[in-house]
Amino acid sequence: MFLALLMVFFAYQNERFISLRNLTNILTEGSIYGIIAVGMTFVILTAGVDLAVGSLLAFAGMAGATAAQLIGADYAMSWMVALATAISVGGVAGYLQGKAVTLLGIPPFIVTLGGMTIWRGATLILHDGAPISGFDQGYRWWGTGTIVHVPVPIALFALVAAAGYIVQRYTRYGRHIYAVGGNPEAARLNGLNVAAIITSVYLIVGVLSGLAGFLQSARLGAAEATAGAGYELRVIASVVIGGASLSGGRGGIGGTIIGALLIGVMTNGLVIMHVSSYWQQVVIGLIIVAAVAFDTFAKARR
Amino acid sequence: MTGPALEVRSLHKQFPGVKALDGVQLRVERSEVHALLGENGAGKSTLLKILSAAQAADQGECLLEGRLLDPADTPLARQKLGLVTIYQEFNLLPFMSVAENLYIGREPTRRGLIDWKRMRAQARAVLSDLGLDVDPEIEVRWLSVAQQQMVEIARAMTQSAKLIIMDEPTAALSSREVDVLHGVIRKLKGRGVSLVYVTHRLSEVKQICDSFTVLRDGRFVTRGEVSGATLSDLVRFMVGRDVEFVRRSRRAPIGGTVLSVNGICTDRDPLGRHATALHDVSLDVRAGEVLGFAGLVGAGRTELARILFGADRCERGVLYLNGRELRPLTHPAEAIKLGFALVPEDRKQQGCFLEQSVGRNLTLPSLRQIAFWRIFVNERRERELVEHYRQALGIKMAGPHVAIGTLSGGNQQKVLLARCMALDPKVLIVDEPTRGIDVGAKAEVHLLLCEMAERGVAVIVISSELPEVIALSDRIVVFREGRVNGVVPARDASEAALMDLMAVGRPTMPQPADISI
Repeated sequence: MFLALLMVFFAYQNERFISLRNLTNILTEGSIYGIIAVGMTFVILTAGVDLAVGSLLAFAGMAGATAAQLIGADYAMSWMVALATAISVGGVAGYLQGKAVTLLGIPPFIVTLGGMTIWRGATLILHDGAPISGFDQGYRWWGTGTIVHVPVPIALFALVAAAGYIVQRYTRYGRHIYAVGGNPEAARLNGLNVAAIITSVYLIVGVLSGLAGFLQSARLGAAEATAGAGYELRVIASVVIGGASLSGGRGGIGGTIIGALLIGVMTNGLVIMHVSSYWQQVVIGLIIVAAVAFDTFAKARR
Repeated sequence: MTGPALEVRSLHKQFPGVKALDGVQLRVERSEVHALLGENGAGKSTLLKILSAAQAADQGECLLEGRLLDPADTPLARQKLGLVTIYQEFNLLPFMSVAENLYIGREPTRRGLIDWKRMRAQARAVLSDLGLDVDPEIEVRWLSVAQQQMVEIARAMTQSAKLIIMDEPTAALSSREVDVLHGVIRKLKGRGVSLVYVTHRLSEVKQICDSFTVLRDGRFVTRGEVSGATLSDLVRFMVGRDVEFVRRSRRAPIGGTVLSVNGICTDRDPLGRHATALHDVSLDVRAGEVLGFAGLVGAGRTELARILFGADRCERGVLYLNGRELRPLTHPAEAIKLGFALVPEDRKQQGCFLEQSVGRNLTLPSLRQIAFWRIFVNERRERELVEHYRQALGIKMAGPHVAIGTLSGGNQQKVLLARCMALDPKVLIVDEPTRGIDVGAKAEVHLLLCEMAERGVAVIVISSELPEVIALSDRIVVFREGRVNGVVPARDASEAALMDLMAVGRPTMPQPADISI
């Protein structure tokens, strides 16, 4: 609802907003962090948080590009190697973070805060801080090509979001995630392996961060050490605006998608209005607080 | 300066579904130690909360030294007037020093900054006054439980308390520490302080208290002088009532032993002050029988139940299920697989997912059975399951999709029971199944538990309500301070006899003829 209003507002401000090209732009860019947001939804549902996703995007993307380079830039299937590497790196990193939370009992905020710096540092180490570029056509297709006129990132986002929704809504595992987030003590007494479930959501968001890293490098044509900077905030904001509670047990993929679109629309709209990027940050921050406050009041009144 | 230190007249307090206080009165004379007695649920805690202004009464008045207390007081205001309450769970700040705790919020200042020197000196004076040999600079968390209690008392003294209420002060103390505490109490008496001493340990009442008041079912029963009453008298005042619940008649025969435990021991949890350690607990449960666990709060019943269910670990002990020896369980998932089911003590914190729907709450542990390829939940079968139990148990709700938090306590409990029943368990453990539930729902829950037993399930009922335990059980295991203090066939059990085993601690078997109710 809020989203529709916002879009109308921006369209009014500058008719370039409504052009198909611009909308596609919003969606394509939004898809990259939207994919991560699907994973982040599960993490936040368990009353956790992952601040490291932006850095992980960069690290996994750089790792994938490195692997592709090692194989040889003219090896036609370099994208396969890159994708596999990026996803694996993301998955392993996510698993390690998850284990730190469950085994060592460190709060997720702290673990992923550390992860944020660690993976960023690893990215810089990997290629001495320099970007990797020069990907072949097959690789770049993933970021710039289209399937049936739909840009690949958007198609992937749709796929990931659909899968995430099905898991959340229809599977036992989805129910278990809500249970762990809603009342971990009761979840345990009902026979759920709370530690395994918590570790798994960090694994998932890690894998999705890896995928996003690969897509980003394909789209930009280069894997940069600075990729994904600040993405964690956008992703978390998407999930929270979408109705998820940071204390777990409430929210869902549907809301997250709307949240991601909202953020995308906001950033894009403000740019088109020629609002300075400093003011953009202020406005976005205010809107995030407003959206969550509105949600909190609505729930409290019930 | 005559007249009572504290007087309570015609206090009434109604909660949804239950009348906690019904015309309660209390009188504590000056320089007197007055015992407040009553079973769990008799209304003691509600009375204390009203006196300390944590809650307000619906009707009635409280007078401190003749002055009417304003029901709109904040707890801090009450303390300032000189009425201090020391709860079972201490209100100390563990990471701050003793001196800081004594004067928190009232620190002596000099020109706007805390005067540490004066605070330390004052603290030292107060502590030595009470005979407490503790360095005021030590952080409270390093003190023993008994010492922490002394700090609480010292704090009351620094507030010039006229009346100190102590809620179960000796629950966590060794007998030597109890003596020290009693010495301090006598000293306070000598200074003109009056005390209200809430306890279940009747022997201590005889030792330290001058007079007593007994509450039962929210009503005032009697007030008397301790010198004129025997322990049996006190017990009789506390429990004597018409049995409300009819003894169930058993139809199906009791089967063989399903579950047996031997020598269960745990160490006291060093961090948790009131987690009870178990000492050499052994018992057995048979198919189709209802085994009651009776005992005071902290006697170890819930601790044992959690060990049986794999929710907590034990240091020593053996478990036999259907004759087969098992390692003690390490996770509830194992227990559920083996056929156990548990309705936990605190349904809000440990049982319900309050924001989620009734349906989801009910089916959570049974999802594996109603899922396609064990992954996708079969929502049609889920709906059928929920509807089946809604009818069978008479759960009143607007529909299966409403949040369980909107249901009444009784209906929430029924959902949790249905959750267990859906697992088709062989051993069902229910911990305080009718706590906070109105009479009508209580009867329904009782019926359900009996039906489960009739079907051959071994049912363990943990309850602090003696009439309930006696009416439901075939046999009753009485716990006291982490040990099994007796196993009584229900037909031989009377409330007085059980109370005896629970509180007074004589390990001999009760003679029902002795104590007339």
